[in-house]
Amino acid sequence: MTKKPRGKSSAFMSLGHVALAGFAVMVVLPMLWAFVSSFKNNTEIFDNAFTWPAKFRWSNWVDAWETAHIGTYFFNTVIVVFFGVAGTMLLGSMAAYVLSRYDFVGNKVIYYTIIGGLGFPVFLGFGPLFKLVQMTKDIPFIGPLLGLNSYVSLVLVYIAYSLPFTVFFLSAFFRTLPTSVAEAAMIDGCSHTRLFFRVMLPMAKPGLVGITIFNIIGQWNQYMFPTLLISDPDKWQLTQGIARISTTAGYEAKWGPLFAGICMAIIPMILMYAFFQRQIQSGLTQGAVK
Amino acid sequence: MTAPVILYVFFVILPYVEAFYYSFTSWHGFQKAEWVGIDNYKKMFDDDTFWKAVTHNGIILLLLPLATLIIALFFAFLLNVGGKAKAGVSQGVRGSKFYRLVFFFPQLLAVPIVAVLFQSVYRPDKSGVLNGILGFFGVKPVGWLIEPNIALLMLIAVMVWQAIGFYVVLFSAGMSSIPAEIYEAAELDGATPATTFRRITLPLLWGNIQTAWVYLGVAAFDAFAIVDVLSNNQGGPDFSTTVLSEEIYKATLAGKYGYATTLGVALFFLTATFAVIAFTTTKRETIEY
Repeated sequence: MTKKPRGKSSAFMSLGHVALAGFAVMVVLPMLWAFVSSFKNNTEIFDNAFTWPAKFRWSNWVDAWETAHIGTYFFNTVIVVFFGVAGTMLLGSMAAYVLSRYDFVGNKVIYYTIIGGLGFPVFLGFGPLFKLVQMTKDIPFIGPLLGLNSYVSLVLVYIAYSLPFTVFFLSAFFRTLPTSVAEAAMIDGCSHTRLFFRVMLPMAKPGLVGITIFNIIGQWNQYMFPTLLISDPDKWQLTQGIARISTTAGYEAKWGPLFAGICMAIIPMILMYAFFQRQIQSGLTQGAVK
Repeated sequence: MTAPVILYVFFVILPYVEAFYYSFTSWHGFQKAEWVGIDNYKKMFDDDTFWKAVTHNGIILLLLPLATLIIALFFAFLLNVGGKAKAGVSQGVRGSKFYRLVFFFPQLLAVPIVAVLFQSVYRPDKSGVLNGILGFFGVKPVGWLIEPNIALLMLIAVMVWQAIGFYVVLFSAGMSSIPAEIYEAAELDGATPATTFRRITLPLLWGNIQTAWVYLGVAAFDAFAIVDVLSNNQGGPDFSTTVLSEEIYKATLAGKYGYATTLGVALFFLTATFAVIAFTTTKRETIEY
């Protein structure tokens, strides 16, 4: 047996191992540091970077949840993200389905208009968006539900701005599904609505799970829209709460509870990602790649 | 079908179209906007800060995609085909499951959180994580975000740090759909991992790389969030890290809505030009396999 040329390749591989491990440390270190700091008091935080807390102050976590209202912000965020993602997925999958599988006049125009949204700088429309949402309170009947400081407005804006990526991703996905199944169902007398909910959606499940999780992450971490549209502190989202604590925090403010609040925002996302990691990978394989 | 379109047109398209109109006005908020023609545009081209911001966007456009793509491709390759083939399926290096999980973590963080984390990493005294580590080697604390020469680079590093995970997942997805036989054949022919990467993975992944390049380019033109929350004094010190979107934000806060939308239009055209160039120059024949 001939010996494989190992010299170059093992150098390449050991460099690879070092790089992988090094980057893993770079990712984990700041988060671990924040976690440890969540048990420290200010003196310890502003001392040497790598000192251990003298004792584990769980009171920081209680403080964050109650006194700094992280608990309230947490539930506010859960509500908005729940309806935002549910709406995005319902409307996004319907739009993607119709755009990718039915031919009609204006199909291409609508598709590219929506996809074009991926490239717009969100900032360009900020001033007008504020004004527009403010005006929605004058719409008859539904007006009182809308306007500024309204979760309904915020949810609608989240949905609208999540549509480009969702539609882009899901239409690629729907296009790959076999037409034969749809045809068979139609011959059996299946309506378009039934076909969509009973046949196409279940078949698209891997893609749906992947993009749902991306939308959850995106909307959970949304900072710009809540800052623009929600000014009532009782309705603040998690990111607003954390930003406020950190910007008002000088050297006198309580940093321990701030880090505890940060951990509370991060941990649910990490658990969810760890849990659904496989689906995200397989969803991406079948969606964005094809 | 009509519901998503109405929603989209109302909340996304309409604000953008209005923005173009306002860029020709002296809109200052609640009073009526007055038409001023191209005054805002003249003012913009005479503004030093505007050119500084554009330059910084350009530097980010150069460094962010380059660094992110190279590192993410390298990692994705190691995690998918770097290891020894097992039962005819190419494997990643040992621990690749763990790495794949961990590398995505930064993507899960909201911008204010990233800001707080990196404020702690970059603190200018010995309580900062980075200075703490360097302290072990006897290096004096560095003012990472205070030194105008390095502040922008430190911000780009954070953007790369946050972006890599997503592209590792994206490229991993692409690589896992490349048939294992191709790699086996290469291995039999005695190809080193480096050759395999250059001759097989890279060309077969071209479509993904192109998409990634466009995303990262668009992100480079935005770059608002990190600059706003992490840089010293929002774009400082002394405008050394400011970007176009940051200037738009500041103009909006100052009530100069008209001028802010003018800057927005400039940003729009820069981004659109980039996207068109990126798509046309990276166009290649798709390889079927």
